[in-house]
This record gives sequence, C-alpha cells and structure tokens, in this order.
Amino acid sequence: MSGLLTLRGLSRPVLGDLLDSAERYGKQLEGRDKESSELAGVTVTTVFFEPSTRTLLSFQKAAAHLGAHVMSFNPEVSSLEKGESLRDTVLTLSALGSDLLVVRHGGVGVPGLVARWTGLPVVNAGDGRGEHPTQTLADALTMRKHFGALEGLRMGLVGDIRNSRVARGHLWALPTLGVDVTLIGPRSLLPVANPWGVRIETDLDSALEGLDVVYLLRVQRERGAAAGFPSVSAYASRFGLTQTRLSRLHPSAVIMHPGPINRGVEICDAAADGPRSLILEQVANGVPIRMAVLAAAMGAE
Amino acid sequence: MIIVKGARVWRRSGLVEAAVVIEGDRVVEVGTVTAPPGARVIEARGAILGPGLVDIHVHLRDPGQTWKEDFSTGSMAAVAGGFTAVVAMPNTAPPIDSVKAVKEVIDRSAEVGLVDIAVAGALTRSREGLGMADFDAMYEAGVRLFTDDGDSVADSGLLRRIMAYLCDLPRAVVAEHAEDRSLTRGGHLNEGAVAASHGIGGLPAVAEEVVVARDLALAADTGARLHIQHVSTAGSVSMIRRAKESGLAVTCEVTPHHLRLDESAVDRLDPNFKMYPPLRTAGDRQALVEALEDGTVDAVATDHAPHSVAEKDVPFEEAPRGVIGLETSASVAWEALNGDAGLFFERLSAAPARIASLDRHGQPVEPGSVANLVLFDPDRSWKPRSFYSKSSNSPFLGSTLSGRVMATIHEGSVVYEGDADE
Repeated sequence: MSGLLTLRGLSRPVLGDLLDSAERYGKQLEGRDKESSELAGVTVTTVFFEPSTRTLLSFQKAAAHLGAHVMSFNPEVSSLEKGESLRDTVLTLSALGSDLLVVRHGGVGVPGLVARWTGLPVVNAGDGRGEHPTQTLADALTMRKHFGALEGLRMGLVGDIRNSRVARGHLWALPTLGVDVTLIGPRSLLPVANPWGVRIETDLDSALEGLDVVYLLRVQRERGAAAGFPSVSAYASRFGLTQTRLSRLHPSAVIMHPGPINRGVEICDAAADGPRSLILEQVANGVPIRMAVLAAAMGAE
Repeated sequence: MIIVKGARVWRRSGLVEAAVVIEGDRVVEVGTVTAPPGARVIEARGAILGPGLVDIHVHLRDPGQTWKEDFSTGSMAAVAGGFTAVVAMPNTAPPIDSVKAVKEVIDRSAEVGLVDIAVAGALTRSREGLGMADFDAMYEAGVRLFTDDGDSVADSGLLRRIMAYLCDLPRAVVAEHAEDRSLTRGGHLNEGAVAASHGIGGLPAVAEEVVVARDLALAADTGARLHIQHVSTAGSVSMIRRAKESGLAVTCEVTPHHLRLDESAVDRLDPNFKMYPPLRTAGDRQALVEALEDGTVDAVATDHAPHSVAEKDVPFEEAPRGVIGLETSASVAWEALNGDAGLFFERLSAAPARIASLDRHGQPVEPGSVANLVLFDPDRSWKPRSFYSKSSNSPFLGSTLSGRVMATIHEGSVVYEGDADE
C-alpha cells in the first residue's frame, strides 16, 4: 500500500489488516510506552486546504506517535494567497523534503492528483464530496470494538448522503467488511445513482427499529444541502434523531456521528450525550487508525 | 494538374473506383485517364476520395484566447483532420456579435488560407441573452448560422422573437446549445453512477432535454429553422425524431466523442474527458449511433474546444469544459458508422455543408464540382500522440483509431498530406 487515496476496490483482507494494526496501536496508546520509532526520519506533511480540527490534530498526533517529523501547511498564510497554483504549491512541499503528504481539499480527486504530481505517497484526509477514508476506517474500528465483529451489523446512514464524503467512504468499504448498509434520507439528498446496490429508505421511522447502528450525517449546510429540504426544522422533524425516536431504538443499538454535530438538527442532546453514543470513541479511534494508515502508507508494516 | 489514382470515389451514383483529375479549383474529369507529363499523381489505391469534411462546430479561440488555439494552428488541425470548411463559434473574447467582428475573423483567418473558415454569429448582443445581435449586417457578410453556443438563450420570449426575425432571412439557422443552467449548476459530469461514485455534482440529461423540448415548440410556433448542437441524450434524439416526422425544419449534430465514449470513460476523472454536454450512459451512446444512422442526427460536428495543458491539469471540478476533435473526428466517425462511406460523406460533409450554406463544400465528386476533397484510408490504424492543434486535450490521446486522413485538397491545392510510414 502506497498512500491511501480511496477505499474503493480495497479488499476485505486489506481493510481487515488496517483495522487489526490500528487495534494494536490502540493498545500501545493505552500502555505506558506510547511512542514508537517506526517512522523515525520520515517527514509527514499535512496539507489541509479546508478547515479541520479533529482530522488534522489526529493525523499530527498519529504521526508524532510513530516518531515522524511533522510539517504543516496552512493555505491561509501561504503563497497560495499570492496566486501560486495548487500544483506549484505541492511541488514545493515535496521539494522541502516531505516523504508523505496528508491532503484535505475541497475538490474530488485532488489527493490522487497530488500523488501524480509529486510521486509521493498521499493519504486522503477528505476530498470534497468524494471520500474521507480514515473517518470510515475509524468508524469501522469503533463498531468492531463495540460489537466484536462487523459481519451482519445493520447500519442506517441517515441524512445528507448525496453531499457526504463520509457516507461515500462508508459505502465503498463497509459492505466489503460485511456491514449491511441502508441509506435513509429525503430523495433530494440521496445519491443520484446507487452503484453500491444498497437498500434505500425515505422514512426514518419505519427503518429505525431494525438498526444496530444509527449513523447520523452532518447536515452539510456549506455544500448547499439546505437546498434539498424546505427548512432545518422540516429536516429535523423527518430525519433528526429526536427523543421519541431515541426511545424506539433497539436496546443494543448505538448512535454514531462523524462530527461536528448540529445539536437539535440531526441529533438531540440526549442522543449525543447519552450512553448509546459512540461519538467520542469515534474521535479517539481516529488516532490509532491514522497511525495504521500512515505506517502502511510508508510501507512500515 | 493533380490526378488522384486508384481511389474509390464518392460520386452521385455511389462509390466507384475512378481516377480524378483536378485543374485549378475544379474537378475536371472522373473516370479512366492517362496522366499527361508534368501532372502530379497521387497514388491512392485502397483509399476513398470524397468531398472535404465540414465541421459546423469549432472553437478557434481567436480573438482573445490564442494561447489555446489560433487561426493558423486551428487551420492546420482542420486540414489534418480532412476538413475543407469549418464554422467558428462566436463565443470568443470579445464575442462575434457584429459585422465588424465577423469581418475581422473572416479576413484574418483567410490569410492562413488552408481551409474555409466561416463564422457563426451570436444570437444575442455580447452573448448576454438580453437583446438581439446585429443579424442583418452579419447576414449580409455571409453569416448563416447564429448561436450563443456555450449557453442557451434562457429567455424564451427573446428566443421566440429571434426565431421570428430570422425566418425573414433565407437559410438563416438558429443553432442552440441546449443547457438549462439552473439544472447544471455545480455539475461536472453526467448525473448517474459515475457522478454518484465520486460525489461530483451531475449534469442531468433533463438539463438538455427541457431546452430541446422548448426549442422544438418555439420552432414549430415560429417556423424558424432550428439546429440543435451536440445532442447527447436518447431523450433529445427521440424528441427530434418526432419533430422531424411532423415536418419541422429541425436539424441536429452529434460529436465524435459522444458516438464512441460513455460516462464510464470519465471514471478516472481525467479532465480530458470533461466537456458539455457530458459523456452520457451506454444507452444514450447507442441511441446517438442509431440516430446518426437513421438520419435523425444530420451531422457529426466536433465541438473542437482547445484548452492548454496548464488549464486542464487541475482538479476535475476546476477544469474547463471541452475537448479537441478536429484531428480525430474522421477516424472516430468512420468506426461509428461501421465504414459506410456513403453515410460518412453525407454526415460529415454534405449535410453539415447544407445546414451552414457552405455551397462550395459537400458535393459529390463529379466533373465541374469544386475541388474541396479528402482522401481517407479506411485500413490505416493509428494512435494520436501529438496534434497540430495548439492544445492536446483529446480523449483519444493514445487510443487506437481505425482509418486515417491521407490528404486534404482545398480549392484544388493539396493542403495536407499525411506521412505514409508514420
């Protein structure tokens, strides 16, 4: 594995190995000796063209735990502001001695383009509405740790699926791992086609009781999702996880969300903060999964 | 004197093997001839000779964007592709919306002299969609095709008045780029499985079809001659087929890339496969090929749209729309038409010449006809690796194509001769 651009086409063993490796890193992080030197001498550069808190910090922490040197590129204080092209910018970062780039960008496919331009391994940290592979893997790890196995888990992806890179990553990887995925949302926010062949529901209430995992997607207001429904309150009443809906969940069902959450829109406080919520585990699992991905991307494992 | 020997020649009666004698700007003899001393003989056994190809939809980027293409490189690309006439679209900078702009293009392009460059005029002033362009003066200067190509005329009332007005100018054609911008905003490839796979905004078939439906209704209402540019969907084709059956004066064109490729080719997100209209589904592609065969689609037109490497080597969603087509059109169309020479010359030469009123082009090869000719070898396969065009944004770069232009004769002069052992 050289870099991680997409989950599409990755086999079950490849995905499984990443999760296994992440689980080992997770144990390492719980122990006394958290640091390793696997990536000593390697320069990992984070190149985030879109704002991010958890993903950026999580990659930086993961790289540090592996002993890598971390450089960080910030477009707001860079020569991009002076009109430097994307290509020239990443070639500069390569020339500065980066060994691996972690790229987030608003354009679909940009990590692949950067890999082609620089010849470096690139990890996709979110490309437009394309994918967010390490989020998907962190979520898979979270579910596997919670339920013990992924095979046969019934997961409902709820909300703005059309505009969600998280959903798209899930759709490429989770069925491969045996998860039974159902898309639940208004027709206007469902994908324009279903190349994954998954089940689709437009009524959350009828789908709710059969789910082991209710995965709520953020309403992506910045990507124009608001045009897909009449109002935030209309959305919340059809697809928000309200108190009433919370009480109808299967006893062992869990709630997940990639964050940042819109409280009162897709999720009520009781759901976000209650015992069923795995939201903070998702964040915590982001570090070991990114360690696994960075290590694999550099051929360390 | 030039004598082309051994080729099968597209005559009024069909394809027949004959020698063709060219003197001055005319074909003077077709049949069995002995070459007089001093005559230039082109040995063309195995090839077919027909009227020079006519492309009624090219972007030569001149004036205003000559880093992409100019009259000189565009003319070379045209003749290398077997074309003896092209119609330049008016969405230049500034747009061709006045007789002054028309004359500038005609005069400057004629200096190159390799190929007839006709010009389409804008439908609306400055291509802004607000008021009529200067039709009468442009018509007087020879313009017959009017289009805001790149955009539809969104205002139906204005388009209706334009159609009514152009009815009074014989053979004037309203050519429409069918795209409802409110349905394509944020879109970059066909709305379908590939768009969903990547999470990239789609360009739905209905964005074209609502405009085709409206335009057909307006043409029926006004009696205008309507030409739909680059049709791309099965739905458009079936509406146009019905309109033709009902006697409407409508014509349409298809691009070579829509005949050969479908949306699956865009899966690698190579911007050289990004254009409008986008590559559609396999079913759409099949419908287009059938429509080209049955005559619902009148003409093949390339929508030759050069963009520089720097402009195209960017994220897919940021890349400009458009691909070049002049140098590969004949080969791609030949394959799409299964090597039917009659249909080939009808759809790539005769019909487009009629639509654009280019009367010196598109005629069968007969004594007395103008010597605008192409010599095409159906048995030569080749891989486009470089182009005469200033740009190389072709979806066929490196593909194996069957059939190749051997020579192009414009007004009696050989303006292009392919390298035989390339």
